[in-house]
Amino acid sequence: MLEHYLNLAVKSIFIENMALAFFLGMCSFLACSKKVETSIGLGIAVIFVQVITVPMNNLILNHLLKEGALAWISPALKNVDLTFLSFICYIGTIAAMVQIVEMAVDRFVPKLYAALGVFLPLIAVNCVILAGSLFMEQRDYQFGESVVYGVGSGVGWALAIVGLAAVREKMQYSNVPPALRGLGITFITAGLMSIAFMCFSGIQL
Amino acid sequence: MKFVRAILDKQKKYFEKGGPLEKLYPLYEASDTFVFTPGHVTKAASHIRDAIDLKRMMIVVVIALIPCIFWAMYNTGYQANRAIDPAKVSELVGWRHAILQDLGVGYSAHNILACMVHGALYFLPVLIVTFVVGGAWEVLFACVRKHEVNEGFLVTGMLFPLVLPPTIPLWQVALGISFGVVFGKEVFGGTGMNFLNPALVSRAFLFFAYPAQISGDKVWTAVTNGQAVDGFSGATNLAHIRMAESADAVNQALTWNNWWNGFLGFEPGSMGETSVLMCVLGAALLILTQVGSWRTMAGVALGTVLMSVFFNMIGSETNLFFRVPFWWHMVLGGWAFGTVFMATDPVSSAFTEKGKWIYGFCIGLMVTLIRVVNPAYPEAMMLSILFMNMFAPLIDYYVVKANIQRRLVRNAA
Repeated sequence: MLEHYLNLAVKSIFIENMALAFFLGMCSFLACSKKVETSIGLGIAVIFVQVITVPMNNLILNHLLKEGALAWISPALKNVDLTFLSFICYIGTIAAMVQIVEMAVDRFVPKLYAALGVFLPLIAVNCVILAGSLFMEQRDYQFGESVVYGVGSGVGWALAIVGLAAVREKMQYSNVPPALRGLGITFITAGLMSIAFMCFSGIQL
Repeated sequence: MKFVRAILDKQKKYFEKGGPLEKLYPLYEASDTFVFTPGHVTKAASHIRDAIDLKRMMIVVVIALIPCIFWAMYNTGYQANRAIDPAKVSELVGWRHAILQDLGVGYSAHNILACMVHGALYFLPVLIVTFVVGGAWEVLFACVRKHEVNEGFLVTGMLFPLVLPPTIPLWQVALGISFGVVFGKEVFGGTGMNFLNPALVSRAFLFFAYPAQISGDKVWTAVTNGQAVDGFSGATNLAHIRMAESADAVNQALTWNNWWNGFLGFEPGSMGETSVLMCVLGAALLILTQVGSWRTMAGVALGTVLMSVFFNMIGSETNLFFRVPFWWHMVLGGWAFGTVFMATDPVSSAFTEKGKWIYGFCIGLMVTLIRVVNPAYPEAMMLSILFMNMFAPLIDYYVVKANIQRRLVRNAA
């Protein structure tokens, strides 16, 4: 059992890295990676939101939405299939969670709050978060697996953005052609990074 | 030397501002400083009384590569000559064999000269294409962006052919080096400003774009199927171990005799990276001149030892690669070449001394890990170095931060 969870964690962090294998969450991946400190903050925020939303959506899916999931309320409801509501429910959970994180960060780490700016509320529409829940549904994860997957996918994304931020900090001393400065070179960097990340693709766990 | 100076001085007016060839100034500058010490000196306070500069560092690496280059030519020819069926020599076609026939050196695997010439006919075209195509990009960028052409490219251009199989099509060489030079280096501003090793970027690009020509058993020896001796298999030592189906077969592959051949470099493989001995010679020069960091190399070795001992202890019923001991990991594939010449690249590795240890150590861990658990890739040295190149800035960031923290605490007390 433990081995299974460990494999899932490794898979979600390295092999199926959200940022560098699926290229999800690109907006904040590119925009918030200028400084290592900011990116660590955003990375932690994403991990936090991911850890809570994926298992929560897993509970919602399994106990409210799936066909027959409502049987615990009354046997009459055992034919009800509410999965068509899954998207809106996931988004609702995510939006609520992001609100809570935002308030917490504003209250306890105002500096980070200022640095992250608009990208903190934008986590609500960060593809990584929704993708986490959707992958969870698609792959039929159990509750325990969904917790591990939430942690893993968040950590993987955070690792990628922190790595990119360190490279970009070093790149301040580079002499990038004017036309490529900013996002252009960041895209190229992200592409090269994903070539390097391909060393994990193919590992069978 | 005076007349060289005179020639260069005479040409100078054409390349200077206002001259007809003003746009090609980087070319003039490069050939001038290639022969003579650059005239300009540091303007602000500088405390190093030594002629060490980027140019000299790079040329030391090129010198350190010379043993590997000779071995690349010899072993490529040796492997080919050993594989070619003597009875079918007359059926060999192609310009290489036309030249060999004209020279009359023959195809004996025991004749060093024959092997050298045969190997050179494979190695030199790759080298020339690399330099012409890569050099053209370098000069183009230098002229347009007004920076200097420097020896950094010499190193990339030497490393790249050495990590390619002898049978690689030349157009792929051109494509690979173009990608490496342009996207691995020049878009970041040229030598010293990239974050990945350009030679490895080139190879990784080819590896993922055209896997058929850079992996498998057929590409490592320069012989076509019909002309090979009976029972010839072009598999590398690495592939032998991977293909082994039982514990006995692995033990058979892991004999001391095979190990010794791997150490000396008598095995098929990428042209320049088969011989550990030649890499050790290069490493000695790099460490002696302090151009390559011994910390990085030691880190890689330590990481490999720890990780493979760890795997040996776990053991596995299904995956026989778990039993490969560390001294074998070190003679397999591109381990030695990567450790000595690729991982120590001063631009893309970690800058801090502590960082180099961590960086090297992680490469060692990664290469063993991927070799053992990832069946998709036969060799992992290239990708694990690229992977750690990517995290080297982060390692530096934390090493520097920890240092600042430590000194703050010390000074506060």
